[in-house]
Amino acid sequence: MTPGVSVLAEVAALPVAAVNWHSFFFVLFAALACGFAVAVVAADNVVRMALYLVLSLGATAGLFFLAGAEFVGAMQLMIYVGGTLVLLVFGVMLTAQEPLVSIKGSGRDRVLAGIVGAALLAVLLQAAFSVRVWREPAAGVVSDPAATPIGMSLVGVRVDEPPAGGPVAAKRPGYLLPFEIVSVHLLVVLVGAAYLARAKRRKTPRAIEVAASVEPPAAVAEHAAIGRSRSAGGSVLTGGRS
Amino acid sequence: MADFLINTVGLPGWLAWTVTAVVAAALILNVIAGGALVFIWAERKIAGRIQDRLGPTRTGGKFGWLQSLADGIKLLAKEDLMPDGADGMLFRLAPYVSFCASFCAFIALPFAFDFVGQRMNVGVFFVIAVLGLEVFGVILAGYASASKWSLFGAMREAAQVVSYEVPLGMCVVVPVMLAGSMDLVTIAEKQAGWFTNWYLFHDPFTFVIFWVYVTCAVASVNRAPFDLAEAESELVAGFHTEYSGLRWSYFFMAEYGSMFLVSALAAILFMGGWNGPVPIATIVGLSEGTGDTANYFVRLLGMANLLGKATLGVLVMMWIRWTLPRLRIDQVMTTCLKYCTPLAAAMFLGAMLWQVVLPGGLMPRFGRPAGEVREGWLPGPGGGGAPRSLDAGKVAQVKS
Amino acid sequence: MSAGVVAVVPLLGSLLTEPVSVAHYLVVGAVLFVSGIACMAVKRNALGVLMGIELVLNGANVNFVAFASPYLQAEGSRSLGIDGQVIALFVILLAAAEAAVALAITLNFYNNHATVDVDRADDLKG
Repeated sequence: MTPGVSVLAEVAALPVAAVNWHSFFFVLFAALACGFAVAVVAADNVVRMALYLVLSLGATAGLFFLAGAEFVGAMQLMIYVGGTLVLLVFGVMLTAQEPLVSIKGSGRDRVLAGIVGAALLAVLLQAAFSVRVWREPAAGVVSDPAATPIGMSLVGVRVDEPPAGGPVAAKRPGYLLPFEIVSVHLLVVLVGAAYLARAKRRKTPRAIEVAASVEPPAAVAEHAAIGRSRSAGGSVLTGGRS
Repeated sequence: MADFLINTVGLPGWLAWTVTAVVAAALILNVIAGGALVFIWAERKIAGRIQDRLGPTRTGGKFGWLQSLADGIKLLAKEDLMPDGADGMLFRLAPYVSFCASFCAFIALPFAFDFVGQRMNVGVFFVIAVLGLEVFGVILAGYASASKWSLFGAMREAAQVVSYEVPLGMCVVVPVMLAGSMDLVTIAEKQAGWFTNWYLFHDPFTFVIFWVYVTCAVASVNRAPFDLAEAESELVAGFHTEYSGLRWSYFFMAEYGSMFLVSALAAILFMGGWNGPVPIATIVGLSEGTGDTANYFVRLLGMANLLGKATLGVLVMMWIRWTLPRLRIDQVMTTCLKYCTPLAAAMFLGAMLWQVVLPGGLMPRFGRPAGEVREGWLPGPGGGGAPRSLDAGKVAQVKS
Repeated sequence: MSAGVVAVVPLLGSLLTEPVSVAHYLVVGAVLFVSGIACMAVKRNALGVLMGIELVLNGANVNFVAFASPYLQAEGSRSLGIDGQVIALFVILLAAAEAAVALAITLNFYNNHATVDVDRADDLKG
């Protein structure tokens, strides 16, 4: 036991002991988030792009947890990663035919995007480090439970900045109305999206069916062109029906 | 445990926390792996008995105890194949994604009052959110296998899991509403005492919600009768057709881990968690405190209680699997959208109105804990002032 | 290369030992935002453009959460508090709605044109 403890004392004397673990995990999650975001831009295969996006947003949820916003972090995992990205991956799977999986952009576009992106990044970084208040962190705060204050702020009771008369006496307008508006908005959007993406009865076969019946990819472009002209005519024909 | 290591053994802070984390992770991994071992054997025995035969009887004596071990050795020794057109990186990554999602949800699951990986204020939400991430492993596996049948199975399973998250979320909100907190430890602590304190018996709406939860949980972990993703008679093996050996066993452990997780969640949310039907500890005279040997024993008892309830849930799931026939995909979706979701919504509304009209619940509350577990947010009797600091260790960690 | 490593190591050292502040989170937000914009500009696949949009919204969310956190602010200055977290919540919800619509449009386009290449969406070109 004693030799083990002395070895551990030697290990403890290393600068490892000075590491701020909150910062260590921040650097880890930030590196993952930024790295996978750049990988999304760099990847050509759309399925891999989707995977990198999932990992990037998962790391962002970890960043939210580290900043103390636990409710927002859990919501990011559930809604963004578990809902929106599953939807995206479904879309990728439905459209991931062989010639479409890796479509490369032109070189000129990339150079232009690179220049604009680098310029914007420089401006944002300079802005981030320019405000003194943003550079000096606090000494460390007791962890506050995150879910109850958000719930209470919906009805206007703000416990994070209690005004003079106590949180209940001095009520502020709550977030309930925007919450209801967003709920109705989501309902309308989903009904609209379901209507937009429904399978329609058509008089002429859709371009996708025409394309699927011919195997070689060289013919796909030709049929896509045919399909476009056909769908232009077809939509006039079926405009009254669908 | 970290405090013990820092104070008694004399380890530096960072090493103590690391060792604690490693021990906690190893314990959770053992729960999943050991559980999988036991459940594989139990599944084959139960399947045998329900089908009027004996099940494994040769390996390891009369009851085939070592059958799981033999299965494990066989899986390890199998050839590791990868299909020709498969996307290599995605094919290799998929089982780990699935297993990680199942494993991460155990971080927030408490096994007794203080036996929790990380006590989170949004515990329930975190568990449900992370369980929903398991679907990515499935989709990746189905796509990367370069096989039509795997893709079909993966898409069906993804549609099923994502659809059933909606009624599952609504079912889970009811105990959260009754307890007033999303913290799993708080929800279980509020059901301390005799079994009449359980939320299962709180009001008829919660009773119905429990059964809807069971249905949604079984669908969510893709167990029969909702298991057409791995329908043996239709799709060979669905999304894990092309997986063999150790890679397949990761999917398997993820499935059994998720089954155990949703059963443990049901036990905590509706059946009191580690508080038994009979409060043995209070009867015998041991009390909750901090850092006492008797206290530790009480918690071990609670943990055994929770493990027993979760195992009972898993055994019931196995019973259902070998009794009921499989549903078609359109029947699965119909059940979710036309039956479970409206029922869950109606019961949620009913439970909410019940809370307004009759907040105490239906059953008389025997053995109610002496001090109310309350977060003192607003001025009022029994509470008030700033919220209690939940974890002093967190402050030390942020400051160090 | 070694000079770069020599310059980076003290930076990494200070990152690991000093507590992080709002500025560090803003850097992450900026990188996500710029990656999203680059993705939107470069990708020809409509779903790639959609992923760029998601990255942009996430970059903005990271900024909001950083401003909302009481840990990261300096002594004496007030964070956004609950407001920032609620705004981030609304952004997540609206991003989900917008992704659903964009995906429906993409699927419709795919059904009509058999491709998700955005360069082919030039029917209205004059």
